[in-house]
Amino acid sequence: MNAFINHFSFEFRTGIRNKTLLLMNYLFPLGFYAMMGLLMTGINPAFRETMIPAMTIFAILAATLLGLPDGLVTAREAGIFRSYKINGVPAFSILIIPALTTILHTAMVTIIITTTAPLFFDAPLPVNWLGFVVTLLLMAFACAGFSVLIGVVSPSSRMTVLWSQLIFLPSMLLSGMMVPYSMLPEVMSKIAQLLPATHAMNAFRGLAQNLTADFNPIGSLIILLASGVLAFGLAIYLFNWDSRNMTRRGHPLMALLVLLPYIIGMFLLS
Amino acid sequence: MNEPVIQVKDFRKIYGDLVAVDGISFEVHRGEIFGLLGPNGAGKTSTLESLEGLRTPDSGLLRVMDVDPACQSRKLHKLIGVQLQNSGLPDSINLDEAMKFFCAYHGTAPRYDLLDRFGLKEKRRTQYYKLSAGQQRRLGLALAVAHNPPVLFLDEPTAGLDVASRIELHNLMRELQKTGTTIILATHDMAEANDMAGRLAILLQGKIAATGTPLELTAAGVGFTKVSVLTKNSSLSDPELNFPAVSRRIVKDEYIIYYSTDIGPTVSAIIANIEAQKDTLVDLRVERPSLEDRFLEITTTGGVQ
Repeated sequence: MNAFINHFSFEFRTGIRNKTLLLMNYLFPLGFYAMMGLLMTGINPAFRETMIPAMTIFAILAATLLGLPDGLVTAREAGIFRSYKINGVPAFSILIIPALTTILHTAMVTIIITTTAPLFFDAPLPVNWLGFVVTLLLMAFACAGFSVLIGVVSPSSRMTVLWSQLIFLPSMLLSGMMVPYSMLPEVMSKIAQLLPATHAMNAFRGLAQNLTADFNPIGSLIILLASGVLAFGLAIYLFNWDSRNMTRRGHPLMALLVLLPYIIGMFLLS
Repeated sequence: MNEPVIQVKDFRKIYGDLVAVDGISFEVHRGEIFGLLGPNGAGKTSTLESLEGLRTPDSGLLRVMDVDPACQSRKLHKLIGVQLQNSGLPDSINLDEAMKFFCAYHGTAPRYDLLDRFGLKEKRRTQYYKLSAGQQRRLGLALAVAHNPPVLFLDEPTAGLDVASRIELHNLMRELQKTGTTIILATHDMAEANDMAGRLAILLQGKIAATGTPLELTAAGVGFTKVSVLTKNSSLSDPELNFPAVSRRIVKDEYIIYYSTDIGPTVSAIIANIEAQKDTLVDLRVERPSLEDRFLEITTTGGVQ
């Protein structure tokens, strides 16, 4: 337990000390939040209604997808995991602890956003705080799972960026953060259901903001939970200690199984 | 000293078509410093990393204190300390944090005194990426021994170290040896292997080409002993002068140098000749074949025992 706490404490500090992580955990999401608050609320006043959930989701996406995977790939390439293995650091800790500390950083950014958005941008606070917190945690859990899985199966930093952007960019455009989900063409709305951010926005609308959900918000929470569990399970199963000595238990394409809950959701949720 | 701590039997490691280690066997006993020598690609690192649990052997038996490194990693990490050739720490970790971090996973108290001992006292709050290569290596060594492991693996431990750190490391190795720690030392430094290792194995193309104590290894070669002689007058200047067991003669810096396969008769005959010619011996130096000479002999002839 002492080792776990010590490791957690170190990883948390790394999230602030490391310039890239500091950028992805705090500077980028808070800068984007300030910019959107200043611009979007002027262009589209209705944006205020979903500003807190949308900016919270953005913070989670930035910290997890853009910050977390590269750290894992770089550590593996630099031989850090080899040192860890020899000294008895379990794979579970290597994958779970950075995810937990990233979630903690996003929670702090969320607190900043929820406390300042009503003051500066006249954004409404969540109506149902329990729904807000549960959705927030499940979104962070699902995205951290995706990110850890990308970090585990990516052969290089370059591929990590590609995989991360494959989720990050469509999330920005299709999840309902910038453009309402209801305005998307039917085909695009189905594709959007493959993204955790879409389900998080839907759950925030239905369970936290007292707005009309586009599809079953409880179903969205279940999908986020299932994909998070699946992603972490797959990441631990496919984890490899050494970039020079690949002895992975399964093929990296197994990682695509993480999309299963979303694919099932596409057919069941309406 | 007879208790086998490390057992390697018919160990093979293959990467695709490349046989990196081809059925080697050796044992290392408690309190022994065992040297692994060999050119790059000879199989040293594959052997070490398999014993450390980082690689899985393709066949053969590996045991570290009766623990199978390939499938008992939880037991293994309590038994071994490793200074890897290629390893790293997170860039942002400082030295105190690194010590605390690894000692916590070993369930022992942090050994900050080792950082002081390895000359890192002033750097304890410095982040890892700001350390020089030598300082990173010293930190690696301090972390490897911090939990008092009974078995220590050192892969090129003195590469990049300054003289003081190198002496400190050798002193530490001797201290650990006295307390019963078993050390496997992979090195390219022949002087280090000669001074530190009780026994050595020279690996070549995945096989053990020679094994024994440094003295046994050097004695087993066909290397020549170099006899350098300086006289007051020119009693040895005649190139036609023959001495027993001498195969070659050269002149360098006023010295006549003879390469002998049997030192006793050669030196006796030289001295007898000097006395017979009423000359005076100024200097006589005998240099036995070094471990380096023997190593080069083995690696160039490619002989495998």
